[in-house]
Amino acid sequence: MTAKLSADNLTLIRGERCLFEGLEFALESGGLLLLEGRNGCGKTSLMRAIAGMLTLETGEIFWNDVPVLKQRQIFHGDLVWLAHRTGLKGDLNMIENLHFEESLRPQSSRDPDEVYLRLGIERLKRLPLRSLSAGQQRRVALARMLLADVPLWLMDEPFTNLDREGRQLVMDLVEEHLGRGGMCVMAAHQDVDINAPVTKIRLQ
Amino acid sequence: MNDTNTLQPGILSGLWATARRDLLLAWKRPGDVLNPLFFFAMVCTLFPLAVGPSAEQLEFSGPGVLWVAALLATLLSLNSLFLTDFEDGSLDQLLVSSQPLPVLALGKTLAHWLTSGLPLVLVSPLLAITYRMPVSVVPVMMLTLLLGTISLSLLGSIGAALTVGLHRGTALLSLLILPLAMPVLLLGANTVSLAAGNDVYTTGIWALGAYAIASLSLAPYATAAALRISNE
Repeated sequence: MTAKLSADNLTLIRGERCLFEGLEFALESGGLLLLEGRNGCGKTSLMRAIAGMLTLETGEIFWNDVPVLKQRQIFHGDLVWLAHRTGLKGDLNMIENLHFEESLRPQSSRDPDEVYLRLGIERLKRLPLRSLSAGQQRRVALARMLLADVPLWLMDEPFTNLDREGRQLVMDLVEEHLGRGGMCVMAAHQDVDINAPVTKIRLQ
Repeated sequence: MNDTNTLQPGILSGLWATARRDLLLAWKRPGDVLNPLFFFAMVCTLFPLAVGPSAEQLEFSGPGVLWVAALLATLLSLNSLFLTDFEDGSLDQLLVSSQPLPVLALGKTLAHWLTSGLPLVLVSPLLAITYRMPVSVVPVMMLTLLLGTISLSLLGSIGAALTVGLHRGTALLSLLILPLAMPVLLLGANTVSLAAGNDVYTTGIWALGAYAIASLSLAPYATAAALRISNE
């Protein structure tokens, strides 16, 4: 199944500032949309707008050519969002956290243990998340992405807190995901080396 | 991707999952659950010390004190309903999940009631006895508290959702909720008083039940809308 994420004439004003105006993009299966720009230029806001959490001044986001706001449930069932705050509970352990996610969106047929092994978190299963390092928590959030069976990945600064291997791992995972016909919207500071059709949006 | 055999989780799985997760969290941090309960018990035991232990006075003020204390204890616990989720980002994850948000909000409210409202109901007979409440009235009081705390949790979830983005919104939350909570307080306290005076009290029970059902059917939608607004 091919999917398509597109946007038309997006304008977003936060307070007194116009973050972007007349922005448009189209992303097809297998493509990567890279959001660039300095701190505070509106990358996260654009990402939240794409996820349907911000009201735009003008313009609309389309998922398979249908406005997102008219099919919010369907659209949300097709995406998983790696936000700056991981959204995992510090008092629960990894398994309990991921178990909760199972009920929120369709799950892939991947073997969870393989995913944990790949991300290097297989020994952390029974520890409360609070006791893990920031980078390890980030990896658990990545496990949530891998275990969900969705075409669209939204990644806000996915490299934060990760070591060099971790960064490479994220790029590999995104490349695999795109190779299987998925798509990804990524906000990043670092240079991203991913072998896929890349659309760049530079926010001022 | 998304082959036809992937199963979309059912509509109730979101409800049970959020309720189960919040109960699990409450289990791991029992202090948060005990706080309102402790407050309830403390107000109810301190009151007679202040106004004097005469039998008539206790019988007269018992239902009112128990109800006011229960209302305040519930308000106290509401603040944290969405706050931790907001802070660690899991509220954002709920907002972009494929489950309908009113159902998830209802799941959270259910867990809140089970950990704050229900314990109050269960402890109340113990405190009612210290107010010399006749044993025949105790079940009536428990029933009013049961129905009343359900309404309060549901109405409170709207206020908690509206104020979650504001820092220190506790006062505002109480202010928003009090007008909606007043009928519950009046009905609850007066029903118990009527029962204690051997009067007809069933009307109050029905009215409280109706209020609880109305809250149950409307509050989750209002809460979901409020969550979307305060997360913009």
